[in-house]
Amino acid sequence: MALSFMEGNEALARGAIAAGCDFFAGYPITPATTIFNNMLQMLPPKGGICVQGEDEIASMGYCIGAAMAGKKTLTATSGPGISLYSEQISFAIGSEIPLVIADVQRLGPSTGSATRGADSDIQFLRWGSTSGVPVIVLAPKDALDCYVLTVHAFNYAEEFRCPVFIASNKEIGMTKESFDMDSVTLPPIVERKMFKGNNFLPFEAEPDAAPPFLPIGDKTLVRQTSSTHGPDGYITIDPEVIGATQKRLRDKIHSARERITLYEENIKENSDTLVISYGVTSRAVEDAAAILETKGKAISFLSLKTLWPTPEALIKKKAAQFKRVIVIEMNLGQYVNEIRRILPEKKVEFYGQMNGILIAPKTIMEVIENE
Amino acid sequence: MNSFLNKSRPPVYCPGCTHDKISKGLDKAFDHLNFAPEDIVIVTDIGCSGLFDTFFNVHALHGIHGRALTYASGLKLANPKLNVIVTMGDGGLGIGGAHVLASCRRNLDITLIVLNNFNFGMTGGQYSTTTPMDAVVGSEFLNQAEMPLDICAIAQSAGATYIDRCSGHDDLLQKKIAAAITHKGFSMIETLGMCTGRYTKRNPLTPKSIDKIVADMPEYSGVVEKNNRPEYGERYTALAKERTIFPKAVTIEKQIDIPDYERQEVVILGSAGMRIVTAGDLVCNAGICAGMNVSMKNDYNITVLRGQSVSEILISPQKIGYPGIESPTVVLALSDEGVARRKNIFATLKQATFVLKEKSVDIPKTGANVVEIDFRQFKIKKHDWALAALGIIAKKEKAINKPMLESALKTRFNEKVVQLSMQTIGKIYDSEII
Repeated sequence: MALSFMEGNEALARGAIAAGCDFFAGYPITPATTIFNNMLQMLPPKGGICVQGEDEIASMGYCIGAAMAGKKTLTATSGPGISLYSEQISFAIGSEIPLVIADVQRLGPSTGSATRGADSDIQFLRWGSTSGVPVIVLAPKDALDCYVLTVHAFNYAEEFRCPVFIASNKEIGMTKESFDMDSVTLPPIVERKMFKGNNFLPFEAEPDAAPPFLPIGDKTLVRQTSSTHGPDGYITIDPEVIGATQKRLRDKIHSARERITLYEENIKENSDTLVISYGVTSRAVEDAAAILETKGKAISFLSLKTLWPTPEALIKKKAAQFKRVIVIEMNLGQYVNEIRRILPEKKVEFYGQMNGILIAPKTIMEVIENE
Repeated sequence: MNSFLNKSRPPVYCPGCTHDKISKGLDKAFDHLNFAPEDIVIVTDIGCSGLFDTFFNVHALHGIHGRALTYASGLKLANPKLNVIVTMGDGGLGIGGAHVLASCRRNLDITLIVLNNFNFGMTGGQYSTTTPMDAVVGSEFLNQAEMPLDICAIAQSAGATYIDRCSGHDDLLQKKIAAAITHKGFSMIETLGMCTGRYTKRNPLTPKSIDKIVADMPEYSGVVEKNNRPEYGERYTALAKERTIFPKAVTIEKQIDIPDYERQEVVILGSAGMRIVTAGDLVCNAGICAGMNVSMKNDYNITVLRGQSVSEILISPQKIGYPGIESPTVVLALSDEGVARRKNIFATLKQATFVLKEKSVDIPKTGANVVEIDFRQFKIKKHDWALAALGIIAKKEKAINKPMLESALKTRFNEKVVQLSMQTIGKIYDSEII
């Protein structure tokens, strides 16, 4: 048996390569820089392109341009960079440009703490763009997840033609760990659905799907625009066309909600408490549950990997049998609002921590035992 | 003539607007160059210059204000065969200044046409980065307090390889645009024009007076010899081609069987320059060589070469969940800075915890088993203390043993470095003192 040894950021880069990523543009920022470093070593030998933008806004612009030319693109940053990405994220959402954005979160607000982890951006990733169109956000808990979820992220970006976020964390991205990489089964690679036929309209699509794609630069002329457009890619003020497009942008993500729900669980019949968490925190929750079990207290947990769109059906179903639901987050309460919205009839308890250190299993045990 | 203008969406501007002339000039330039529509992408942003993409029947990307050059760069990098044309007004120029500078400096083969009409037409004639101080614009007095910029002078200092400036009414406009497009590298052509909808109502401007403005400004008319250099895309491709080796993941075989290995938590407290991270890596490799799972968190300052360097390692036969240190089994106290960073752990250490303390380092009170070592006595230099300390814990069989350490060194280093490392380790390992 052999184990690979790498930090989460390297695993994420390897996932991108496995998914067929052939373009990276980024700007250095702790704790995401090593994704850039890794892509800079990995892409050139594969014939891919890796460049440094003059700033974060430019890096996203390069990715948008390259994606519209047909590339599978990745960029990586942290909270302050996501802030700068925001206008381009809106463009990519509204104009259905596939790309993957790794957010190796650090403690905010603002420049915050460059080398201290937190799940600072969970609501920001969802709502940090104009219009409120749903986005896809995946949260890894370890290096193995960084590897596997990045492949999922590319698959979703290609299928739904939208930006997909990987909400990593300094405590995952810069933590080195061993895992059995060779025995990992990656999901099959999904390629962008290409347009076939005549009379191409760049945004003509089924009501709950992304439009088939043709790259800018091929034989058929392609129009792309950041402005509100109809199927032909020209500005429109027709309320029906606008309404239909806005609805489609929402429906294409929401109609696939259950299919793109990724999670881990350990539901025990004889427990009355369900702990919901995500990211690096779920590792401490799992440890806490294991220790409490040895003390004769059965605890169930649900570790979410798809945070947005919120896996409502899953959460409702899994929580149904429990008297107590506890949400643990490495912030002062962001995703707990979603859980409370979905489970209005339940008393949802919360513990959060935002001080630059990991939430330890013993803290979680205290929360669980303090009924 | 073969026209590239969109028959179903012909150019419509305010009567007398210079943008109309430039649209026609660009169209003629495409024809002059014998392009096919699919060879071209027009990239635009917001404002009246952002109407260009709709008026042409070519590939088009219309994006966010000031960012057109960023999309253009992505398109050109991804598809070097495309002729990438960017139109930008003086508004986009101001917002996207960093992208103009970067494009000049990088020299990717893109053509930027600046449509300078001295104000923001679309939003009501407010002042821009090119509005003269004596102009009467929709910003009350604000333009009187700020100086306009000369984008050509800026482009030259930023390294642009091709710069031209002319009136949008210039008879030679199509040829000038064609020449800029033909240039291999980044080319910028600044056209000066009239915004009849807003600007010329209060600021008398005619094709003739624009000619005089152009004549009075420093002349730019093509290739900038002193900035001449290879085009970025070709340069990038040539450099990237030399990178042929894909970095494989570090994968370590299990080489040693330790049946009753118990979970270990190792904390190495040192300073920058003491090779603490490398020592941490070695401990992890040693664990993997014994078939264990490992994780490592490092803590060092953003300002490298100074300050603490702390490595926290877990080694376990079980899958590692929470990656933080809870109950250290081994602590290597190698510098005061490192100890200061984790001073609170010492009081919590169990008696069985093995603490190795360098003689010069002070540690807080602890109930753990402390062994002191004077590395200087063994003529071991400070940057080797962490490595030598690994030799000591290997001898004491704390967290690692000698076969694990040797295997780790062999997986991490070449033969020569392994030998040197073993020599350093041997200085203490083979002594009677421990």
